[in-house]
Amino acid sequence: MAGVRALGVLSRLSTRRYAANTSRTFSVAPAMLARTHVSYEVKDDVAVVRMNDPNSKVNTISIQMQNEMTEVMNELWANDAVKSAVLISSKPGCFIAGADINMIQACSSAEEVTKLSQEGQKMFELVEKSPKPIVAAINGSCLGGGLEFAIACQYRIATKSKKTVLGTPEVMLGLLPGAGGTQRLPKMVGLPNAFDMMLTGRNIRADKAKKMGLVHHLVDPLGPGLKSPEQRTMDYLEEVAIQFAKGIVDKKIPLQKDKGMMQKIQDYVMSFEFVRNQIYKTVHGKVMKQSKGLYPAPLKIIECVKTGVEQGPTAGYLAESQNFGQLAMTAESSALIGLYHGQVACKKNRFGSPAKEVKTLAILGAGLMGAGIAQVTVDKGVRTILKDTTVQGLARGEEQVYKGLNDKTKKKSITSFERDSILSNLCGQLDYKGFEKVDMVIEAVFEDIKIKHAVLKEVEAVVSPHCIFASNTSALPIKDIAAASKRPDKVIGMHYFSPVDKMQLLEIITTDQTSKDTTASAVAVGLKQGKVIIVVGDGPGFYTTRCLAPVLVEAVRVLQEGADPKKLDSLTTSFGFPVGAATLVDEVGIDVAVHVAEDLGKAFGSRFGGGNVDVLKTMVELGFKGRKSGKGWYVYEPGRKIKEVNPEIGEILENYRMKANPAVSSDSDVQYRLISRFVNEAVLCLQEGILNGPLEGDIGAVFGLGFPPCLGGPFRFLDSFGADKLVAKMQQFEAVYGNQFSPCQLLLDHAKDSSKKFHK
Amino acid sequence: MHVLLLLVQTKSKKTLARPGVKNIVLVEGVRTPFLLSGTTYANLMPHDLARAALQGLLNKTSLPKDAVDYIIYGIVIQEVKTSNVAREAALGAGFSDKIPAHTVTMACISSNQAMTSAVGLIAAGQCDAVVAGGAEFMSDVPIRHSRKMRKTMLALNRAKTLGQKLSLIGSIRMSHLSPELPAVAEFSTAETMGHSADRLAAAFGVSRLEQDEFALRSHTLAKKAQDDGLLEDVITFKVPGRDIVSKDNGIRPSSMEQMAKLKPAFVKPHGTVTAANSSFLTDGASAVLIMSEEKALAMGYKPKAYLRDFVYVSQDPKDQLLLGPTYSTPKVLERAGLSMSDIDVFEFHEAFAGQIMANLKAMDSDWFGQTYMGRKAKVGTPPMDKFNLWGGSLSLGHPFGATGCRLVTTVAHRLKKEGGQYGLVAACAAGGQGHAMVIEAYPQ
Repeated sequence: MAGVRALGVLSRLSTRRYAANTSRTFSVAPAMLARTHVSYEVKDDVAVVRMNDPNSKVNTISIQMQNEMTEVMNELWANDAVKSAVLISSKPGCFIAGADINMIQACSSAEEVTKLSQEGQKMFELVEKSPKPIVAAINGSCLGGGLEFAIACQYRIATKSKKTVLGTPEVMLGLLPGAGGTQRLPKMVGLPNAFDMMLTGRNIRADKAKKMGLVHHLVDPLGPGLKSPEQRTMDYLEEVAIQFAKGIVDKKIPLQKDKGMMQKIQDYVMSFEFVRNQIYKTVHGKVMKQSKGLYPAPLKIIECVKTGVEQGPTAGYLAESQNFGQLAMTAESSALIGLYHGQVACKKNRFGSPAKEVKTLAILGAGLMGAGIAQVTVDKGVRTILKDTTVQGLARGEEQVYKGLNDKTKKKSITSFERDSILSNLCGQLDYKGFEKVDMVIEAVFEDIKIKHAVLKEVEAVVSPHCIFASNTSALPIKDIAAASKRPDKVIGMHYFSPVDKMQLLEIITTDQTSKDTTASAVAVGLKQGKVIIVVGDGPGFYTTRCLAPVLVEAVRVLQEGADPKKLDSLTTSFGFPVGAATLVDEVGIDVAVHVAEDLGKAFGSRFGGGNVDVLKTMVELGFKGRKSGKGWYVYEPGRKIKEVNPEIGEILENYRMKANPAVSSDSDVQYRLISRFVNEAVLCLQEGILNGPLEGDIGAVFGLGFPPCLGGPFRFLDSFGADKLVAKMQQFEAVYGNQFSPCQLLLDHAKDSSKKFHK
Repeated sequence: MHVLLLLVQTKSKKTLARPGVKNIVLVEGVRTPFLLSGTTYANLMPHDLARAALQGLLNKTSLPKDAVDYIIYGIVIQEVKTSNVAREAALGAGFSDKIPAHTVTMACISSNQAMTSAVGLIAAGQCDAVVAGGAEFMSDVPIRHSRKMRKTMLALNRAKTLGQKLSLIGSIRMSHLSPELPAVAEFSTAETMGHSADRLAAAFGVSRLEQDEFALRSHTLAKKAQDDGLLEDVITFKVPGRDIVSKDNGIRPSSMEQMAKLKPAFVKPHGTVTAANSSFLTDGASAVLIMSEEKALAMGYKPKAYLRDFVYVSQDPKDQLLLGPTYSTPKVLERAGLSMSDIDVFEFHEAFAGQIMANLKAMDSDWFGQTYMGRKAKVGTPPMDKFNLWGGSLSLGHPFGATGCRLVTTVAHRLKKEGGQYGLVAACAAGGQGHAMVIEAYPQ
């Protein structure tokens, strides 16, 4: 399926941010037991405190870690031989990845979580007031509670490694930085930067952190020496941090940098209450605009910061801990945490490792999708052949790959040298030269079964027998494509989402004949490309397209019933979809939507009815194919930000006007008509075994189609909203529109028995 | 059978001569004094230095001006007016205009490349006598207009009407006027060499003290060699408009205390590479005369040494930028069928004290040898009592393009002086490249 645009915050959730260690026990170790998470040694007069969670690849702030850290700190403060301390992790690539989510999830009340937050605040207050300077030596991720710990220390040194990122991603889990973050960050980096960090949750690279004043000093990562680069870099960081700790004690290294002119001006401006109020107001407005008020966490963050700045630290810390407790109990937070867990699960290959690694990949068709797939493949060091049938098509595709990489160079996330070296993996061609060495072919040619069969046969004539043939179709059943194959066990569906370099989801479709090794190989390629992967069964529209199609026809009906595209968009975005339904169709392409609606309409019959597909067909005839053609429901002009409704569609809609039934046409009704068809189809996919489980269903809906992240996906939505309530609404719509709104059996089962939940 | 033969020869340690392979000899090697840039040579141009070296070679060898077949020069920072500096220098030095000349560039091993190219031409039977050399002139470097300004200026050339010209001139902004300095950084990584050297030293745990000690050793040994008159490759050069120079001016033995006072030059404030333990920006040129043995003997020369096996290596330009010697040394020894203990004279290019120490540590590490070089065990280190005994690039100076010839000539002179049989030259270069060559003493 082409074109579902960026998904806001969630598109940036990435796995390593939070550590969720399922094997953790919560029992507090008796003080007499040997410490397992925190240790220290004294070098000269500097105590080097090392954190190393023995049960996980990353460090998290857990109860155990917290207790041991408090113990160690008390020992250091009492030890006269220690004059300063260095806080460092023994894990490569991770300082502290955040607080242990399970610790929060194990709480059953807001009060309990508030208490956790207060304990964290207390510990970091002691660190902040430490009579002996503490230097945080940061290599790798320093996120959430980890960052809050670091900013409580007197000095911060970070490695310039690509793995070193600092940030407060709590907002992406519907939470806030609950261990002093909302209070310390504004003082450290100023209000605007602090809001930016906490409200977007974005990762900040070390060099940027230095500029912002988040860290004091940077250390370059080292190459190989007498130890591995990672190990030696960590040792080096420790050596440098010890030097600095001594320097601070000797007063050779100042803790406060002299403020620059700009900083002084900014501080002066910020000293006016009305300026600060203006900032709160602006930020609040922005948050409301982007979140439609559906996400409570950003608003609470603003509130905590404001309380701290305006009413002083006591009130600020109290507000922080109480709001943290409240947020942890919200449905939004559990939905977002559920997505996080799901995302982690969908970044694993449950099919094992494939017999043969894909070292050369060929892509047929250098269109938007083909070139997008090429872009996310070449930068992982995989040799990629991009084949098209015309020189113009190929040139456009290669330029797209180049541009994608060059944009990264401009943003300085890769060097121009890295860009060139990555591009050397790409080989654009018009023929099948070298295909005998290809391990996997992904076709992204026109959605026509005849063309698909033709290329499949051409490919099979030239590739070696082990080569996998994957189709990037959005709706054609894979078994129909495989029907033309000599080796149907090697045929699989790999459904990417556009733009491929931005959209995280990959939907892999297996037929009864697809071999397990083929699936394992496709998943391995997808994971290498950085995708979140769901593996679904074959059928018209698989999972994602099948859920989307009824929403599209319903959206057309809503338009035919008199709503204008802007109204439709606002109804869907205010429900939590990142992109409105009309805009979505424009992004997907009106012609593609026609294909999908017709194909699936044929396959599923009247259940996929609703709006008249002829509306869309007429639009295509007039050249209104959506964003790509400059006109669809809206008019798209380069450089114009506010898009206007296409004036010519009024007439088309007039010709296909349907009368709205007032009983099912309130704003809320329209929203539930759209969402219930989506959800019902998703549940039906689970019922029919297309889906492997509700978790993949939620991930696919949110990351592929933009299902409201605050609802956590169709299945989590049913669990929290109540299947019975949705069924009641559907039956009300069914009475008017017929079987398009008939709840499926599994949904009825859940409605009947409220103890049945999709997620435990 | 070939291998067997080599082994026999190795044991006898007589010569690396091989049947069917031409013996190629170093007849003579000279260099201008190496001066800190911005001193006495400040008003010259690169080809002036190269010319001085060539003339010095002609004087010293009494070579007829048409007796060589080819001239090759190495240089790193190119003066755009004399991009083929070899040709300009040869013409100015009075060589016959019938002798072709070309310029090579391979960072700090440019003149090594010039010499091995000469060896290749002779070995292939194309030439019998070749002059190779190198020059570097850091007192002046080409500073360009910004790309935008250049674009406007080029367009201005093509503009036909006054209106076009005025509109182009009008498009010039203040920011276009900021000049572009020649990159002192590695193009692929944008990291300066000093910075990389500091990281390399840190990676191998080389302390500031070790670096300062090595730098002091280099200066002390160079001073002694200079005082003892051992640096006989240095020619006297009457600089146009200035005095006669006959000595390197960068040799400054200092004290450990004074060196310890310096602040790190690249990685601040915790780095270890300082101005005192790095090679300094230098002006200078060198030249050598290379011939087939028969030709040299036929012309009545007494060769100084045989130029034997050589290798070029390259590795990661980011994290192993300056590890060339570690990789090239075992490779060239293996080619020659020699072991480290067979070598009597070592001359390594000293880019930074930290770089030399890092290389020595890498060569002494089993882990590094196994993990990064695919060896069973470590390379082994050269004994310090055979290592750079007449100073090195840290103290004598390092005109990038000219250092290679200095190293080879020094090995030849040391072999003669110390009575050794085999010498080894090794050097690192920008781009993560490296070089090594085995030199054999010419029978007395």
